Amino acid sequence: MSDAAANQPLKTADGIPLKASLARAESRARRKAFLLVLPLLAFILITFIAPIGQMLHQSFYNEGFTVREDVVSGKRTPIMVNLKQWFDENPQGSEPDEAAYAALAADLLHLQELRAAGSAGTRINYERSGSRSMFTKGARNAKKLEPPYKEAILDLDDEWSDPELWQVMRDASSGYTINFYLAALDRAKNADGEIVMVDPERQVYVKLFIRTLVLSLLITFLTFILGYPIAHLLATLPLRYSNLLMILVLLPFWTSLLVRTTSWMVLLQSQGVVNDALVASGLLGDENRLQMMYNQAGTVIAMTHILLPFMVLPLYSVMRPINPSYVRAARSLGATSFTAFRRVYFPQTIPGIGAGALLVFILSVGYYITPALVGGADGQLISNLIAFHMQKSLNWSLAAALAALLLGGILILYWLYDRLVGIDNLKLG
Amino acid sequence: MAASQNEDAFVEFERVQKSYDGETLVVKDLNLTMPKGEFLTMLGPSGSGKTTCLMMLAGFETATHGDIRLNGRPINNIPPHKRGIGMVFQNYALFPHMTIEENLSFPLEVRNIGKSDREAKVKRALDMVEMGAFGKRRPAQLSGGQQQRIALARALVFEPELVLMDEPLGALDKQLREKMQFEITDLAHRLGITTVYVTHDQTEALTMSDRVAVFDDGRIQQLDAPDTLYEEPQNSFVAQFIGENNTLEGTVKEIRDGIALVQLDDGELIDCLPVNVSKPGERTRVSIRPERVEFNKERLQAGAHTLKAEVMEFIYMGDIFRTRLKVAGNDEFVVKTRNAPDQVRLKPGEQIEIGWLPQDCRALDA
Ligand SMILES: Nc1ncnc2c1ncn2[C@@H]1O[C@H](COP(=O)(O)OP(=O)(O)OP(=O)(O)O)[C@@H](O)[C@H]1O
Ligand SMILES: [Mg+2]
Repeated sequence: MSDAAANQPLKTADGIPLKASLARAESRARRKAFLLVLPLLAFILITFIAPIGQMLHQSFYNEGFTVREDVVSGKRTPIMVNLKQWFDENPQGSEPDEAAYAALAADLLHLQELRAAGSAGTRINYERSGSRSMFTKGARNAKKLEPPYKEAILDLDDEWSDPELWQVMRDASSGYTINFYLAALDRAKNADGEIVMVDPERQVYVKLFIRTLVLSLLITFLTFILGYPIAHLLATLPLRYSNLLMILVLLPFWTSLLVRTTSWMVLLQSQGVVNDALVASGLLGDENRLQMMYNQAGTVIAMTHILLPFMVLPLYSVMRPINPSYVRAARSLGATSFTAFRRVYFPQTIPGIGAGALLVFILSVGYYITPALVGGADGQLISNLIAFHMQKSLNWSLAAALAALLLGGILILYWLYDRLVGIDNLKLG
Repeated sequence: MAASQNEDAFVEFERVQKSYDGETLVVKDLNLTMPKGEFLTMLGPSGSGKTTCLMMLAGFETATHGDIRLNGRPINNIPPHKRGIGMVFQNYALFPHMTIEENLSFPLEVRNIGKSDREAKVKRALDMVEMGAFGKRRPAQLSGGQQQRIALARALVFEPELVLMDEPLGALDKQLREKMQFEITDLAHRLGITTVYVTHDQTEALTMSDRVAVFDDGRIQQLDAPDTLYEEPQNSFVAQFIGENNTLEGTVKEIRDGIALVQLDDGELIDCLPVNVSKPGERTRVSIRPERVEFNKERLQAGAHTLKAEVMEFIYMGDIFRTRLKVAGNDEFVVKTRNAPDQVRLKPGEQIEIGWLPQDCRALDA
């Protein structure tokens, strides 16, 4: 083809540019395909995108101090409106004056009428412990309050003058806040609205994020070391034996997670089977039984076992189709068996390693039940704290902020993986 | 272990047996001697043990019994990477994660050959198979024939003295195959490489090889040059397997002056060359090539036995005519004649008499 012809856009027989004609021909097929995947799209939207969006929203929006929603009628009533107005009129750092206390008194009375003092107090309590009881007590006595309100309220409880409390109320009065993210990173705003670290004994989350990351990496590495040879064996054994072995690998999938975790407890606790056997065989003195349960070791052992199949299966799926003639060819070309493995076999399994590692890592970062059962105090992972805030402390916004940080971290890792290895190098099966 | 008996033997199999499962022998008593520079083809039906023999030679299977020697040295205890044998696999086995150049330089790298030397050799090997422009591509970006050439270049780049090829052309279409057949033999002869070539395509075996070993049932049925193999098959398997062949069954009446008189099952008598028969009364299968059958009486020897035949079908094939006859109860009897101006074109239903020279009609095992 000459250069001139190559630069001309190609045309079909009747002169329509080839590109347009192709696009038209394909758009019908695309529309049809779209209709077919529509149910799935709707399903994902409802069960996946929407909850995640809801969670992300919750992590920086909490209306516990701004709106009272009646459980029965669903009627929404704004609360703390007077105080909010005072906050709007007086800039950050203003000393609360009589007007502020008057607004507070009016709002407390309103809370008492709505029976909402508990929930409003809880919202403040998230960031300043001990505040909930002040609100319930204040609301109970709201009717009796008379001017001057400042004295009356401080008479009830002189904690009301705490500048930190006023800072928290100022933040909470607007619904939107980044305070939960700050809390999830062990930070808070001080009385002047500056971001500072919380007291050292209350710094838990960053430590837990780091521990989660380190343990997940360790578990990923262990599953790789243990899984690679198994996957190789599976891929090279005659089908008859490999099927049997495959069943053994898959067995954990078919057993209840709880049953398996409990079995680990039976085996590994200090009065458990393993320790008993070691003591009985004289390898270990009775007084220094190994602590393999209710600590990080327990979490690592149990999770490595549980997540092993997620490493083995992707590895197996890339190893099975690797023709043995590649290694043979390498050998016949003069490579020792180690060189043949390193230069020819191993590189072809990298997509499986990437997929398995990513799978195991992401699963273990979010793992909850096993660390909860066998992790003890120092084997807990970040998801255990998320669950704690979801179920016990009912601080959903903090739970959401922690979860959002976790999600963000995983997305960053995913992006890094794509940059370093390339996501199209991933083979999941 | 004993040194080679045969001084110019390069590859030797001596009484080699192989069993995979300990119950059946896949290779039974294999004896084979190849001089240096020979192009030998192993030809045989599927499952006859050809690949197994190649794998034993390359070191990926061990012989259950017997000796294999390379250049006079027993190789049973030499690991594959020290045998220095180039191998072309049926699926080419080009490393998919390496470029063509990397594939070719792999055997040189593991031999610790310097970079500049390596590059020169890779370039020379690529040019040799006329693939110089493709060095930066991956195997998946090449056509089947191009991959085949790269596989060949890779097996030759480290200058092995012996090259093994296991059905390297199996995946190619007919035209490309014929071209590659020529290229491979040309290259092998030019470089003076000893080659063991496996195929189950008999045309390929006949056109390419110095000698052909016909395998069946774990044994070499016959090992000869292509023309000998075709014209003088030693048993009925070889006669059937190589080229087209007509068979008639009968019993030996007498053997005299190097001519066997055979009575066919329908009672008629014919003269044959006794190959696998020794005494009267033996059952035999008589083999005649389609192009050696004659129905023009004038061209037959005086007094030669003739057979009655009925023309079943006449097929015009351009260069030749193929006529199917019914002879002595066998209606798959084929005659091939050259398309010449004076050639007779037989018509179905015609009754004719056919005959042949006794030496073209071989009495083989039943
Ligand atoms: N690894 C193995 N384990 C067990 N039996 C095998 C193995 N490899 C081959 N066989 C058996 O050995 C016999 C010979 O196989 P081989 O591969 O040598 O045949 P082949 O002549 O190369 O056939 P083809 O033309 O189909 O490639 C076959 O019956 C086969 O089933
Ligand atoms: Mg084979």
